[in-house]
Amino acid sequence: MKVQNTLTTGTSRRVFTAGAISVVAALALSACGGAAATAPATATATATAKPDLKSAGASTITMWVDAERSPALKDITAKFQADTGIEVKLVVKDFAAVRDDFITQVPTGKGPDLIVGPHDWVGKFVQNGVIAPVELGDKKSGFQDSAVKAMTFNGSVYGVPYAIENIALLRNTDLVPAAAKTFDEVITNGKKAVADGKAQFPFLVGMDPKQGDPYHLYPLQASMGSQVFGLAADGGYDPKQLLIGDAAGVEFAKKLAAWGDAGEKIINSNITGDIAKEKFLAGESPYFLTGPWNVPDVQKKGIKFAVDALPAAGDKPAQPFIGVNGFFISAKSANALATNEFVTNYLTSEDAQDSMYKAGGRPPALKASFEKAASDPIVAAFGKIGATGVPMPAIPEMSAVWADWGATELALIKGQGDPAADWAKMAASIKAKIAG
Amino acid sequence: MTDTELRQAAGAASATDPDGSGPAGRPGGPGAGRRRFGADTTKGTVAKIVLLGLVDALAVYVLMMLFLSESWGALAVSSAVVLVINWIYLRKGGLPAKYLAPGVLFLLVFQVFVVLFSGYIAFTNYGDGHNSTKDDAIAAIQLTAQKRVPDSPAYKAAVLAKDNSFYLLFTDPQGKVSIGTTQAPLEEVSGAGKDSTGKANAVDGYRTLTFQEIVANQQSILAITVPVSADPADGTLRTADGSNAYQFKPALTYDAAADTFTDTDTGVLYRDNGKGAFAADNGETLTTGWKIEVGMDNFVRAFTDPSLRGPLLGVILWTFTFAIASVALTFAMGLFLAITFNREDLRGKKVYRILMILPYAFPAFLSGLVWSGILNPQFGWLNQTLLGGATIGWLTDPLLAKISVLVVNLWLGFPYMFLVCTGALQSLPTELDEAARMDGAGPWRVFRSIKLPLLLVSIAPLLISSFAFNFNNFNVIFMLTGGGPRFADTDRDIGATDILITLVYKVAFGQGTGRDYGLASALAIIIFIIVATVSAISFKQTKALEDVNS
Repeated sequence: MKVQNTLTTGTSRRVFTAGAISVVAALALSACGGAAATAPATATATATAKPDLKSAGASTITMWVDAERSPALKDITAKFQADTGIEVKLVVKDFAAVRDDFITQVPTGKGPDLIVGPHDWVGKFVQNGVIAPVELGDKKSGFQDSAVKAMTFNGSVYGVPYAIENIALLRNTDLVPAAAKTFDEVITNGKKAVADGKAQFPFLVGMDPKQGDPYHLYPLQASMGSQVFGLAADGGYDPKQLLIGDAAGVEFAKKLAAWGDAGEKIINSNITGDIAKEKFLAGESPYFLTGPWNVPDVQKKGIKFAVDALPAAGDKPAQPFIGVNGFFISAKSANALATNEFVTNYLTSEDAQDSMYKAGGRPPALKASFEKAASDPIVAAFGKIGATGVPMPAIPEMSAVWADWGATELALIKGQGDPAADWAKMAASIKAKIAG
Repeated sequence: MTDTELRQAAGAASATDPDGSGPAGRPGGPGAGRRRFGADTTKGTVAKIVLLGLVDALAVYVLMMLFLSESWGALAVSSAVVLVINWIYLRKGGLPAKYLAPGVLFLLVFQVFVVLFSGYIAFTNYGDGHNSTKDDAIAAIQLTAQKRVPDSPAYKAAVLAKDNSFYLLFTDPQGKVSIGTTQAPLEEVSGAGKDSTGKANAVDGYRTLTFQEIVANQQSILAITVPVSADPADGTLRTADGSNAYQFKPALTYDAAADTFTDTDTGVLYRDNGKGAFAADNGETLTTGWKIEVGMDNFVRAFTDPSLRGPLLGVILWTFTFAIASVALTFAMGLFLAITFNREDLRGKKVYRILMILPYAFPAFLSGLVWSGILNPQFGWLNQTLLGGATIGWLTDPLLAKISVLVVNLWLGFPYMFLVCTGALQSLPTELDEAARMDGAGPWRVFRSIKLPLLLVSIAPLLISSFAFNFNNFNVIFMLTGGGPRFADTDRDIGATDILITLVYKVAFGQGTGRDYGLASALAIIIFIIVATVSAISFKQTKALEDVNS
């Protein structure tokens, strides 16, 4: 009714148009918080549809994969098609959105049969009921233990691992010729390089200016005996045992303040990941705590470097978080049998794992493939460190940890607040969030 | 904006055929005229048939797809819409409906449906852990509860058929061969045919299935659970791929009659707790839940959640400050530049104007990240190059962070204001300017009393929409400061530059065990009510402004 009024008055037509525009904007923006909620719109509309098993599934398997990994799977899918006549359709998806799309699409029956991703998605997938366990059987022993452990959630294995990713300490061998064992030695060596005028920064690690970087700092924290979650009887993380606030954690918090901007300036809150990389590439620091993703650029730049074991700041081993990439099967796959056949008997093969290694350059999860890849000393060094690591917690409760953990570490590095009090406050906040 | 454009385009496209059919619907009139209109009508009819044909062809395709996917609800609605569209354009007369139909359709699809759906979500617990229906959740729990019996052997399996039922043939690691199906427990067989790997694949009286046959009958074969022995505690043998089988035992069993799950080890009973999950008496819930309607719960939480309630007042004040200051600053800057570059005698105007519009061409989230680098206290270009190595915490000091956010938003927003002001200025008649000068008004007086009021008539609504946009300007805040620096006096993840929408994001997506779309939708509705109220009041004011001037 109002529309007619404004239209007929003529003079205020412009107001109406502008009003319509602003209402559109307001609606679009107010929906921003629930932007993802628009996606399930189609989901509910089609939720009633039962997948037609014979025609929908039997002759094809659909796999969601990102653009980088898709070419590496061409050979193995061709082999599968030659053997069984079943085509594996590789659907290239944007990696940033694929996890959430999978969660919303699977219940509608429109999701894929298979998806590629990191192991820390498993908790969220199980929570949302969109993933099926995979029984590897005898093939399990062919994989590195840490990779299978990462894929295990609530006592079941949920994916076929193919690559392990973890951080290491890169050392510019021109600036510091020998590897250090402890973080104190690293600091001493770094400071000496700075004092000798050979470097500007004793040590580099990238800090997100908003969230810090608990992932990169975790080996130091672990070496002081502090963990995020304790372990349940089945070897997985137990959300009921939040250990981060214990005495060892507080000690680590104090160390962070001592290493930070107000202390020794070893960890600099202003150095982002990009700046850290830039400074290391410029030869301005002997040490760079980072992952394999920065190695190609360091090699390209011609920096002479070594991949060192992670230095311990305390008397415990400096365990990094490891991330394991793998293949996961949808809980509502219409072609579950063929998908299982493909996953457990083809993707576990040496050929498939070799091919994924060639595409991604990460140490393979299959031992046989890893041994071949380890002829590259850098892959071997990263792999050796990964074998000492612990899986990044995949339990859904971990999503309540990151924001507080990172922001508190960042504040301590900046020299703000009191380590003991802030660390305790952080632990209390995380506990409250987990309790809901 | 896109759908407004779409609607206009659709309106323009449909404008051709009512022109043709309109006069034909009018009876009578001079004979010569009718002949002239008659020719037009043929052309119009052809155009109409072609356009409608295209629409209907698309519609038929969509309906077929909906039919194949058995989406009956969507099918019914779509068929109704197609019928209504055809009726509107095929009947004689009803000209207003012909004009309005495309616009109304797009309005319904792109706005009303989205808003209603968000509204519906606000009354559910949809989110991580409450992702689908209860049936799906039960199926998922049963699926994930199947645990392999520890230290049980791995069997090779083959699928056989006899009398239209399927049997699994197992070869254990010692080479012992046995057969069974769901109703027939495991039984040893002798004299089975074996392949080169030692796997039994044939038994007399049974037919061995090929892999293709297995795949074609996979639902029946995956459902086979062969009891290992009379004791159910030994578990059952299943195959997932048709060639390997393992001994499984469920960690949880579902009792459909009682609607409960029982832990087979501890005997703990999990009941539907009415909140979309199965819970034990001690409150522990099973990981996978389902979506239910929760009434006003999300709205109640929005007003009682301690992480929202505590800092809410400060955040609301800052949100208004941010939105109003952003509009005022960008408008002032845009208007100033528009007037400056509107001078007749300025050389190279086009180049300047293009340079002015550049910030508008960058995506806001990218600019946010770039600015975040520029404002880095130690390595940022601003401190290092412009201020000679100062270490000012542009984004880490609460007050400076607020100023920085406003400045960056000014940089991002002024080109838009510059564009609309330039357009509006150029549409003002120059006679007014001349007349005022003749009456002895100075440039400021001309601007203040003549140009500005006239400009505001057309630009005020845009200022209101700009307010609504900045009220929810998630990109700038999230990419530049992430809401930080954090307040020291709260243990929640909330900071000095958080506006309502970033707060909503943090509360709804960063807490507990994951994202909570229900709560997010409820909060978005509350924000919408605030923005709509402010906009409605402002439009009233604008109307008054217009009446004075017209």
